[in-house]
Amino acid sequence: MNSLEKAEHPAGLKRIAIEPVSRVEGHGKVTILLDAENRVHQVRLHIVEFRGFERFIQGRPYWEVPVMVQRLCGICPVSHHLAASKALDQVVGARRITPTAEKLRRLMHYGQILQSHALHFYHLSSPDLLFGFDAPVAIRNVVGVLQAYPEAAKRGVMLRKFGQEVIRITAGKRVHGTGSVPGGVNKCITPEERDLLVAGLPDVLRWADEGIALVAQLHGAHREAWDRFGTVRSNLLSIVRRDGALDLYDGVIRARDADGHILVDGIEPTAYGDLIRENVRSWSYMKFPYLQSLGAEHGWYKVGPLARLQNCDFIPTPRAEAARQAFAATAGGQIVHAPLAFHWARMIELLHSAEVIAELLDDPDLLKNDLMASGPRATTGVGIIEAPRGTLIHHYEVDAQDLVTQCNLIVSTTHNNQAMNEAIREVAREYLDGREITEGLLNHIEVAIRAYDPCLSCATHALGKMPLVVELLDATGALVDRRVRDAEQLA
Amino acid sequence: MNPERPKRKLRVATTSLAGCFGCHMSFLDIDERLIELLEHIEFDASPLTDIKTPGQCDLGLIEGGLCNAENVHVLLNMRQKCRILVAMGACAINGGLPAQRNHLDIRDCLQTVYLTGVGLNRGFIPNDPELPLPLDQVHPLHDVVKIDYFLPGCPPPADAIWQFLTDLIAGRTPQLGHGLIHYD
Ligand code: SF4
Repeated sequence: MNSLEKAEHPAGLKRIAIEPVSRVEGHGKVTILLDAENRVHQVRLHIVEFRGFERFIQGRPYWEVPVMVQRLCGICPVSHHLAASKALDQVVGARRITPTAEKLRRLMHYGQILQSHALHFYHLSSPDLLFGFDAPVAIRNVVGVLQAYPEAAKRGVMLRKFGQEVIRITAGKRVHGTGSVPGGVNKCITPEERDLLVAGLPDVLRWADEGIALVAQLHGAHREAWDRFGTVRSNLLSIVRRDGALDLYDGVIRARDADGHILVDGIEPTAYGDLIRENVRSWSYMKFPYLQSLGAEHGWYKVGPLARLQNCDFIPTPRAEAARQAFAATAGGQIVHAPLAFHWARMIELLHSAEVIAELLDDPDLLKNDLMASGPRATTGVGIIEAPRGTLIHHYEVDAQDLVTQCNLIVSTTHNNQAMNEAIREVAREYLDGREITEGLLNHIEVAIRAYDPCLSCATHALGKMPLVVELLDATGALVDRRVRDAEQLA
Repeated sequence: MNPERPKRKLRVATTSLAGCFGCHMSFLDIDERLIELLEHIEFDASPLTDIKTPGQCDLGLIEGGLCNAENVHVLLNMRQKCRILVAMGACAINGGLPAQRNHLDIRDCLQTVYLTGVGLNRGFIPNDPELPLPLDQVHPLHDVVKIDYFLPGCPPPADAIWQFLTDLIAGRTPQLGHGLIHYD
């Protein structure tokens, strides 16, 4: 089977671009090369933006970093905030942060998982699932859902609101708060704030159940199509708690192969560099990670809700665990690789987040005010967290003057780079090849990308070049910026 | 809102250039007021819809500054199509955090990230024509086009976005009162 990564003879082929990929976070496009019979020869998801975070963080004082890196992504700023804090805990010698600090961070994190999963499902993806992949563009969005399925859409709005309120109360602000710092947190919560959240829980738990029921029902109605759509087998990777439980805030790295056999387990975050290598391709600013032991061809993997739910041994909250077992039962114990199953897994994690939030709000440690820990300084810190979209790795080196000397980030979406590319190639083979290409067919490609809930802003922290000249003119035509580049200049 | 005004909905395009989507998130943080807002506005091109390029619009909300040639192209098109253009958030107004790279040499950045970075198998610099050319520096929107309104904040508070939109819908000159203008 043709891999569709690279056309053998690109000259003379037609190019179709999906630009920008919409109803996802960030900036991406898909290009498809077709011959005169509309046979597909090449399909690529390009990440087209670069930021340079890894470079410009060098030379900054370490304590600025948790607040700076949030600006990688406005949908999951808390993940970057906390991954950086966890890495820098090690630098300030806080090998264990205080129970109150850890619980407040967990509360913030599960609040974010809840809001991000609600946003992704209800605001971004549900139009495809409720109306059909080739429904008219005019209704295929959250406004259309509000009109046709007002209950579901409002549930999405209110779930997201609750998660954002958890973040506001723990971080100070809904987007880009400042609650977590190297060594702990800088803010307690009051009994009134806790009570405000507790009052919202019964509705949230009910809405979470309704979300799972909706996805299960949609899966049941289109079972064969859902199970086949864009399905590619791969390894799975996530962190798990040391006892194998699902834990989205902290743990050790585990990976399974496509059949569910454990490949590696119990890997400490600091050893991530021995486990994962990255490749670069000419056509994307996003790198391609893989498990070093298996090599680039066989070592790529999926991360995110679908990987996590099948990588852990159990979910440590009862209702979500029951939902996980029901999910696993429909696949007869086989590992599920279908992209559309991400939605189901995501709704189960949303329920789990609500249950964890309920437990934390009930915990007396939460209202205490012992917030900071410290110890002997270190120069290296690695923080790994399960962001809404998957495993997020932050690695910093800090010198004696408190300045960051090196920064390496592997964001969730980057881990899924190969898997998303393979998924859209599979969809192209199945649905586009040899057909007349319509807008609705092209949306099939986007449906497969959306299932992974990519965060393409997060994934664009690198820089690139092309042999081109660009001139930036202001409104009067005066030259503001001009770049001339060629291969020699950059080699 | 003024009941005498005709009922035509304002057509609104939104886009994210070199931004993080946080400004769009803050827009959605108006929560259930979104439902009320949709009685007065309709979305054209936006990350929330599948309309990929804007038609004629009353209002364009732009988050993020300009970091590559594609951003400039999208901005020029938005200016052409939108009667009122708004720079939403710090990145659109002054480049924001991505502009931290402005004092760095681009060649040095390229090498750090793609050639000498940690954990790379074999490094080289992506150079496919499908990738838009990065600009040497990140620029604010008003370097290139006229901007009608600036909404400060990283991101602007949801209440500020709400106040701004409801003022426009009611035909008032938008004014942000106490507590709605802040810069963090
Ligand atoms: S202004 Fe802040 S919230 Fe808005 S896009 Fe820029 S970094 Fe994100």
